[in-house]
Amino acid sequence: MSSVESTILVPQSAAISEKKTGSGSMSMLNMVSALNLALDDALRTDDTVVLLGQDIGQDEGVFRVTADLLKRYGSDRVIDTPLAEAAIAGGAVGLALYGLKPVCEMQFSGFFYQAFHQVEQHIARFRNRTHGRFSMSMVLRMPYGGGIRAVEHHSESREAYFAHTPGLHMVIPSGPRNARALLLASIQSPDPVIFYEPKAVYRAFKEEVPDEHETMPIGKAHVARKGNDLTIISFGAMMRPVLEAVEEIEDQDSVSIEVVDLLSVSPLDTETIRESVSKTGRCVIVHEAARSCGIGAEVVARIVETSLMHLEAPIRRVTGFDVHFPYFARERAFLPGAERIAHAVREVLAF
Amino acid sequence: MPRKSIKIKPTVQYLSILNGKGKLDEKLDPRLDPQQSLSIYRLMLVARRLDERCIKLQRQGRIGTYGPCRGQEAVHCAASFVMDKDDWVVHAFREPGSFYHRGWPLERIIQFWGGYEEGCTPPPECNDLPIAVPIASQCPHAMGLAWAMKLRKDDHAVLCYCGDGGTSEGDFHEAMNFAGAYHLPLVMLVANNQWAISIPREHQTASETIAQKALAYGFDGIQIDGNDPLAVYVATKEAVDKAKSGGGPTLIEAVTYRLGVHTTADDPTKYRSDEEVKKWEKLDPIPRFQKYLVETGVLDDKKIEDIEKGVLQEVAEAVDRYEAGRDVDPLDCFDHVFAEMPAELVQQRAEFAACLEREGIGKGH
Repeated sequence: MSSVESTILVPQSAAISEKKTGSGSMSMLNMVSALNLALDDALRTDDTVVLLGQDIGQDEGVFRVTADLLKRYGSDRVIDTPLAEAAIAGGAVGLALYGLKPVCEMQFSGFFYQAFHQVEQHIARFRNRTHGRFSMSMVLRMPYGGGIRAVEHHSESREAYFAHTPGLHMVIPSGPRNARALLLASIQSPDPVIFYEPKAVYRAFKEEVPDEHETMPIGKAHVARKGNDLTIISFGAMMRPVLEAVEEIEDQDSVSIEVVDLLSVSPLDTETIRESVSKTGRCVIVHEAARSCGIGAEVVARIVETSLMHLEAPIRRVTGFDVHFPYFARERAFLPGAERIAHAVREVLAF
Repeated sequence: MPRKSIKIKPTVQYLSILNGKGKLDEKLDPRLDPQQSLSIYRLMLVARRLDERCIKLQRQGRIGTYGPCRGQEAVHCAASFVMDKDDWVVHAFREPGSFYHRGWPLERIIQFWGGYEEGCTPPPECNDLPIAVPIASQCPHAMGLAWAMKLRKDDHAVLCYCGDGGTSEGDFHEAMNFAGAYHLPLVMLVANNQWAISIPREHQTASETIAQKALAYGFDGIQIDGNDPLAVYVATKEAVDKAKSGGGPTLIEAVTYRLGVHTTADDPTKYRSDEEVKKWEKLDPIPRFQKYLVETGVLDDKKIEDIEKGVLQEVAEAVDRYEAGRDVDPLDCFDHVFAEMPAELVQQRAEFAACLEREGIGKGH
């Protein structure tokens, strides 16, 4: 049932498909710096790009993602707004209609709901409503997820809301390199993109990021690790405990585990999921968001639709529970970690 | 230190030029070109007759629930004449005259109520937003457009329509606040028609006027007789000129009345008196303007009759064109969700096509 073959194809967050040739020089960046690089690249090369959000200019963003950009580009390109999420999102509608390309920061995904109606009622619909006459090319970026001991509403993961909304793309990077590439791709997209940044990963590690402009397609998952015995499907901040669990399992047991990093939750890359699970026959899905009706549920549906006869075991989901994300005294216990993931993987392997 | 008053700018004027009896205040006469006055009159009549026809179409099941603008024609018809091609007009949902004046074919206005997305597409080069169904949700869009104009240093302006009910929504507040904070070229024209379905104006807010809400956002508000096309024109022109010359936003409260139902699904007898309606019928903008134009020799009986005939003809032809275009392909609800259809949608579209074929459903409505 098992094989020891396991290949780490590329560094965790790569899978880049478009890269301009050039000096090939790289820098070791964490995710914050990589995102900053993408924003700088966008502001420099496209004069329709404007950044807007609370505290992004003078204060450089509460996580410093927009560091230095006000200085470089001025207050007509990097705009500090009053405290009003609906006006940021709704105002972005007007900016986009006029031909600008707004890249909005919502300070935390938990406060995005103050603007949700503008996204659902208009941003996701203007193209469809006007049969393409108007479009909403914009990015709404926001830190999401737990793991930094923040107060209530600062650790949310509701990607399911966006995945369920027609007319939106939803992208969730897992590391510096893919964050930079995907943010650039999102900015260039003719359609609105919700860009969830795993805040637990912001400064967690560094990796090589090309100095030159690099993008990757939205809607394509990345096989972060090749294997034959089981597929783990995950995304965002959970990629790190997933890979940690896999290292531990492959060290101890003679199995090889394939890891699929979704990167994009809408569109979801059914083909990569199908190909992997058809090969391995076993699957564990990991996300920190609540279990019921989460992205995992959609992935299970697609696996059953496309790969049922290849399954050797039921699909397991290792997720947050159907409760509110706890205040941070209970956070460490709550978030799925490598041990919980490894336990589920072993159970599925043993089925 | 003893208590003292903080002086705030107490600028809320009231403007009325042509009163309810059609009598003009000479001192305030904007001396519009007679041709322009005639055009405003005709446009109001188009809005009125289209409205009446749409109510009939709804009763006949040829369109869905319809929201009439009866009584409010002066607000959007007169204001439209102030805006030029490069300006943007952001609509609520009771401004058929504005759409028509800005270049939308009449049948497209009917299409919206008939259940067609086609009714939401402005003609090419037309800087308009379609009907916005969620109340006041269009206010931040208008603010964003004005914001873009300012960032691009274009001296255009944005005219945004909203109702008295809409001024209670958070979107109205947030848009106005940004407009003031950024000093944007936005003219917010609130048609205070006294009713938000069954909620009367007095119940909507404790502010004595809607116009004064502008003061809280740091800019000027003006209240006008919204059934007086001349006052609407003058107030809008002043506000738009001010916006275009860097003077920032203005809130105009146009006091008018919803003579008809909220929509054809509504029964106003449940919440308001016939007496009140009759009182406001006497202040109807169209007869008053007609009277004034007759007195100033711009209109006579013959012209009135010709215009009436012409308007009815236009409306009838628009209904014919609407009917001719009613059959549509259900499959095209996939075609404009994204710029490029993702794989999952391509699959689902094929699945839907198979369903339609199996169920024997082709083009239709």
